[in-house]
This record gives sequence, structure tokens and C-alpha cells, in this order.
Amino acid sequence: MAHLELQDLKQSYGTHVVVNGVSFRVETGSIACLLGPSGCGKTTLLRCIAGFEPVAAGEIHLEGKLVSRAGYALPPEKRRIGMVFQDYALFPHLTIAGNIAFGLGATPNNERAARVTQLLETVGLAGQGEKFPHELSGGQQQRVSLARALAPKPELILLDEPFSNLDVDLRERLSHEVREILKREGMTAVLVTHDQNEAFAMADEIGVMDEGRIQQWDTPYNLYHQPANRFVADFVGQGVFLPGQVISAHEVEVELGTLHSALPLECSQGCMACGKECGVDVLLRPDDIIHDDRSTLQAEVVHKAFRGADILYSLRLVSGVRVLSLVPSHHNHALGEKIGIRLDVDHVVAFKTPTRQFASGSGPKVVPVTFRA
Amino acid sequence: MYEMDWSSIPGALPLLFKGLLITFEVTITAIVVGIVWGTVLAITRIGPNKILAKLAAGYVNLFRSVPLVMVILWFYLIVPQGLKAIFGDDIGDIRLTSALVAFALFEAAYYSEIIRAGIQSVPRGQVSAGLALGMTQGQTMRLILLPQAFRNMTPLLLTQAIILFQDTSLVYVIGLSDFFGTAYKVGDRDGRLVELLLFAGAIYFVISFSASLLVKRLQARFVK
Repeated sequence: MAHLELQDLKQSYGTHVVVNGVSFRVETGSIACLLGPSGCGKTTLLRCIAGFEPVAAGEIHLEGKLVSRAGYALPPEKRRIGMVFQDYALFPHLTIAGNIAFGLGATPNNERAARVTQLLETVGLAGQGEKFPHELSGGQQQRVSLARALAPKPELILLDEPFSNLDVDLRERLSHEVREILKREGMTAVLVTHDQNEAFAMADEIGVMDEGRIQQWDTPYNLYHQPANRFVADFVGQGVFLPGQVISAHEVEVELGTLHSALPLECSQGCMACGKECGVDVLLRPDDIIHDDRSTLQAEVVHKAFRGADILYSLRLVSGVRVLSLVPSHHNHALGEKIGIRLDVDHVVAFKTPTRQFASGSGPKVVPVTFRA
Repeated sequence: MYEMDWSSIPGALPLLFKGLLITFEVTITAIVVGIVWGTVLAITRIGPNKILAKLAAGYVNLFRSVPLVMVILWFYLIVPQGLKAIFGDDIGDIRLTSALVAFALFEAAYYSEIIRAGIQSVPRGQVSAGLALGMTQGQTMRLILLPQAFRNMTPLLLTQAIILFQDTSLVYVIGLSDFFGTAYKVGDRDGRLVELLLFAGAIYFVISFSASLLVKRLQARFVK
């Protein structure tokens, strides 16, 4: 039995459909993440799970119990959920200990104190219970917020963009810490974020959302390496699409050379035989393009972003198409310089090129063509 | 040139002090009842019951749209007529009571607006956080929203209290001997109205101004 299960959930504000038929299940002890750009419906979905929003259609089950359907919603205070908010939402008029103990209700005093002490230790804030929220840093406040949510031993922890108010370094460290704490406590959790690094650091499984739908529900590894559609390929990780022609069942030709790969179903005949003017777009990640001084393939540096250990180069090919390349940072080249590159693609991700056959309004139908080398 | 003569003041001090006590009584009653009743009005007004919310809004708008002097007179002249019809003519001196009631009900309208703004100034996330921790709507209001709202609006509530303290002088229209009324009567009796009114003004100024300095210091402490 799934711990949390959503079945064909829909929610709209007026005529604007925010959540459009979302189904997924999260097993006990698993950390799931809803990842998507702002306005994709992920926060609304989280608020539906928490019980703050009614649902227009579909069902939400928590521990096998129906908690939301059209016309019925178990109030949030009866759901046994813990929630961690973007702005922490600590109670400024209570001490840290008071905040953490807040949800413990009728627990006897000594047990309550013991639980607070234990949680302060868990989140690395032992001995700070008497301080007030404003005396703590952002990262510490978010830890208190987590401790407060954990205190009543909820069925499910919901985290709404929990690290987006923190600076980058802290964000990364805290997301690992929070994952460890949740795992240690055996909690099931759902995280909402627009930051894929946060999602990768925290989650066992990620649902990429766009326009109110789950585009792909998968492990972080698969999202990056086997995106189900163009949106996921674009949103997760960096990369560019390079136009290519399918030559045979095993080969795709792009400007940088021929990629050898397994059988693509849609285009197995090759583009010449197929007759449709479509071709494919091949996804190239920055790590697929290797800088190699000995290579005869040359590309011009048009932009560079120094990142410490490496440099992310934006390179212009002869045809004018730009690609990205991640290069160790001691290979420091100036803008305008021509550098040698070669392809090192472990597996090919390609989508059929949208053509004029598709009506402009409906958007291109995306057919994923994933094949491995 | 008018010759100032302050000699009637020392003898009248006990009387003036009694008047000052009446002033404080009206002020403090109006503050306490006004805040309690104002809180009820504010919560009703932002509450889920639309009919009660409309009634509360109507109450607040009515009292905020009529002059205080008129409200004082209503409660002195009109309401007692109703009471007399029920309890007979023997209802004694109702000047103080009617002033207390008038001020409390009038100030509640102003306090409710301050409190409503105070509650609404607390971020919505605080309510979500309370509910997520298993608190009911009522507990969330009592344990999370109101403590923060009152903390945020203490300076405003105190400022309103200072205005109220000055406004209590309006009870002279029903002949109640508060501080101002007493000063007026003593001045009238001794033919020293100018001196008494200047003296009363000075006392009002000293009390109000010191109180407002105190509020400023409080405010500085709250805005950390």
C-alpha cells in the first residue's frame, strides 16, 4: 500500500486549470519531489495534499485513508502532516523550544521537554532552545522549522521550497542534512522546488511538472539521462538540441559527427527512406562535448562561465549552432578563440523535430526516441 | 490687561483630583471594554460567517461615522428613556454609567479597526503553520495570530488610548464632573475660568505628551 496516493487530481482557479490530472504514489519512507518552473501547479498540489486547498476532482489517500475528493476535504489539522515553509513561518512570539513544542498538544511536560531536547539535537541546535527565532540565522531557522514539523511524529512531511531563501552554499549543505534527518526518522516526505539541484540532493524520486501535469515521474538519474520529453530534457540539466538526420537503424548524423546508437523505433528506416521532412533533435549535455586540443573539429568560444573547478563554454559551430561544453578550468581560453572539441556521447537522447505538419496552436507532439550506445 | 490670579487652584486641588479619577475611570473602562469588544468585532468581521461579518462591519461603520459628542448624548438622553419605560423612573444618576457605555461602545469601533489590521498584518503562512501542527482555527487565532497581532499593534493601541484620554473631556456635555468638567465648574464659580482652563490644559498636555513619549520608546523597542 502506498503511503500517499494521488489519483487523477484536478484543481482550478476559475477557468484557469492549475492542476490537470495528476496521479502518483509515494511509498513509506521515500522522499518525493515535485520539480517545475513557477506557475506549474506544484505548490497548489502540495497545498491540496496538506488540506489547505479543496480539490476539483480526483482523490488523495494518506495511509490508505481518503482525505480529499471533490466536495470533501479532511481539515489540515486532522491530517497528521508536518509542513516546512519557504519563509520558515516560525512563531516570532515563542522561543525555539516553544515553537518545537507547539504541535505536541497534550503531551505531559517531561515527555514534551525530552522530545524538544532530542529534536534540537537532531537538527544540530542543542542548547539553543531558549533563543527567539529572530536571533537565529536563516539556515538555523529552517532547521527549527523542520524540528517543529517532526515533533508530533506526523504521517507525512511536506516541504514547500524550503531552501530558496538561503544562499547557495547553505542550500546545498542543508538539503543533504535535511535528507539525512528525514531518512533517520524514517519519514515519508514530499518536497516542492524549482531548483533541480535541491531536488537531486533531496529526493529519491522526482515528478517534473509543467502546466499542471506530471511530465515524468522518475529517479533523478533517469530524468537527466532519459528525459521522457522535450520539456523534461530542457528543464532538467543543461544542454542544447542539435539537429540531426537518422542515417540508419544505428546511426544519427549531427554536425559534429555520427553518433552510433541502438535501434530507434520511429526512425529506423532512416530519414531518406522515411520521406517525412522531420529529422531529429539530439540532446547534447555539456559533458557530452569534450575539449580536445588534438581534435580537428573546431568551435569558437562565444561565452564562458567560470565555475571554479571547471568552465562552462558556449561554443559556436561552423553552421552557427551553439553547443555547451564543460571543460576543466585550467583550459582557459579567450572569447573568440577557436578550440578543438570532440563528441563523447554515452547514450543518445533524440526527439523528432517538430515540423509544419503540426498545427501551430496545438504545439508539436513530442515523440521521445531514446537509444543507448 | 487681564490680571492672572492662580489662587483658587490650590484649594480646588482635591476636587480636581476627584475629577481626574473620573477621567481615568472613563478612559480605562473604554480601553478595556473597547479592546475586548473590538477584538470580538474584528474576528467576527474577518470570520467565515458572512451575516455576522456584515453586522460587525455595519456596527463599526456606524460608530465611526457619527460624532462622539452625539453618541454621548444618545446614551444620556435616549437610551435612559427606554430604560425608564422598563424599570420605572427611579434609575438614579446615570451620567457616569451612560458615559462609560458610550465611550466603550464608541471606542470598540475604532479598536476593532486597529485589531483587524493587526490580525491581517500577520503573514498567512502563520495560520497554515498552526493548522499543519494540528491546531484548530480557534487555537490558531488565540495562540498564534492574536499574540503577534497585539504585539504589532501595541503602539497604535496606546496612541488611540491617548486620543481617548483627551476625548473624555467631551463628557462635559452631559454635565459629568470629570477633570475638565471640574476645572470648568471651579473656574466658573470663582470667576477664574481662564486660569483654570490653562491649568487643565497644562495637565492634559503633560499626561498626554509623557504617554506619547513612552509609546515612542516602546515602538523603538518593538522595531528591532
